[in-house]
Amino acid sequence: MSKEWPLWEIFIRGQHGLSHRHVGSLHAPDAEMALRNARDVYTRRNEGMSIWVVESNKITAFDPDMAEQNFAAPKSKVYRHPSFFEIPDEVGAM
Amino acid sequence: MYAQLVETGAAEASEKDREFQEKIDRGVRIEANDWMPEGYRKTLIRQISQHAHSEIVGQLPEGNWITRAPSLQRKAILLAKVQDEAGHGLYLYCAAETLGISRDEMTAQLLSGKAKYSSIFNYPTLTWADIGAVGWLVDGAAIMNQVPLQRCSYGPYSRAMIRVCKEESFHQRQGFDIMRQLCQGTDDQKAMAQDALDRWWWPSLMMFGPSDKDSVHSEQSTKWGIKQNTNDELRQKFVDQTVPQAGWLGLTVPDPDLAWNEEKGGHDFGEPDWSEFHEVLRGNGPCNRDRLAARNKAWDDGAWYRDGLTAHAEKRRNMVAEGAA
Repeated sequence: MSKEWPLWEIFIRGQHGLSHRHVGSLHAPDAEMALRNARDVYTRRNEGMSIWVVESNKITAFDPDMAEQNFAAPKSKVYRHPSFFEIPDEVGAM
Repeated sequence: MYAQLVETGAAEASEKDREFQEKIDRGVRIEANDWMPEGYRKTLIRQISQHAHSEIVGQLPEGNWITRAPSLQRKAILLAKVQDEAGHGLYLYCAAETLGISRDEMTAQLLSGKAKYSSIFNYPTLTWADIGAVGWLVDGAAIMNQVPLQRCSYGPYSRAMIRVCKEESFHQRQGFDIMRQLCQGTDDQKAMAQDALDRWWWPSLMMFGPSDKDSVHSEQSTKWGIKQNTNDELRQKFVDQTVPQAGWLGLTVPDPDLAWNEEKGGHDFGEPDWSEFHEVLRGNGPCNRDRLAARNKAWDDGAWYRDGLTAHAEKRRNMVAEGAA
């Protein structure tokens, strides 16, 4: 069996004004083919107007087992949300 | 499509297993790099890859009619549908790969005959009406199976299913539309539609898998949030939805035991021939050998193309590297 093509992660901008969003992945020999294949696999019904492809092994991520430690700090910082502060009705919009 | 005879493997309840089960019970989706029991991983790899194989092999019975479609529009629609099936296969293969199996491993399992795919695709499409019946009944049954899988506990599978379900309803409608046109046509055309229903009805009911009393792997899959409904529940739902549609078309469902049961608010219906189901699963259906031979030929004939693209990509990379040096 011949060599397996690398895996690419596919990001698509659905409409003007929206950011690119991860939609899935696919195999392709190079970036150009990944783009062409992504168009055929992920935009058959006009789902996109721009596509990014990134080789999957270029993505760095936190270990999911460490999620609690990694994302714990903001939980105690509730004052970052405006709803933390009470503003009297008479003060008006703020 | 659905995956048949999935083995779940016995799970030893460790601390991690208990935490995992709690997560499932809370409705938290499991993602690719999260810890999971080996049995969960194996069950999903098997189910998702079988599902993917079904999409890919499912292109064959329909591809048979692309060059014979009765009009240019029907041909364009069928091409789009078959292309969707390829897409569905790809979404699913990628979901399975997140669990640690490679695409080549899965391909090899399909080509060697080790991996199963939905046995419905081992039946032949003899007339144009079969393309109608396949869309209406087979895709209809597939939707019944797939809708609950959108809520599957494994994130990548559930997201692939959401995409698939969005696209699948076009498939069923185009099939029904073919049946409708035939049923409103000449007597011969209507007879062709009836013949297709006669041949596809029972295999479609078998798509939901064995009866609950004989289905050995359901319990663990249900506990793990992979399976949401039992085979019999989904089969009942399919019959209740499809029988009135057949009536609307003026066709007769080929089941003498079919009757409305007021008390249960659903249809009573006959038992599929499970010995036929198991024979087809064992590789002795009308088209098992043809289907595998076609997949092997496609893979072998495509080797030069895959290798060519790989060589081209390598050459380009080397040129860039040399240019930079």
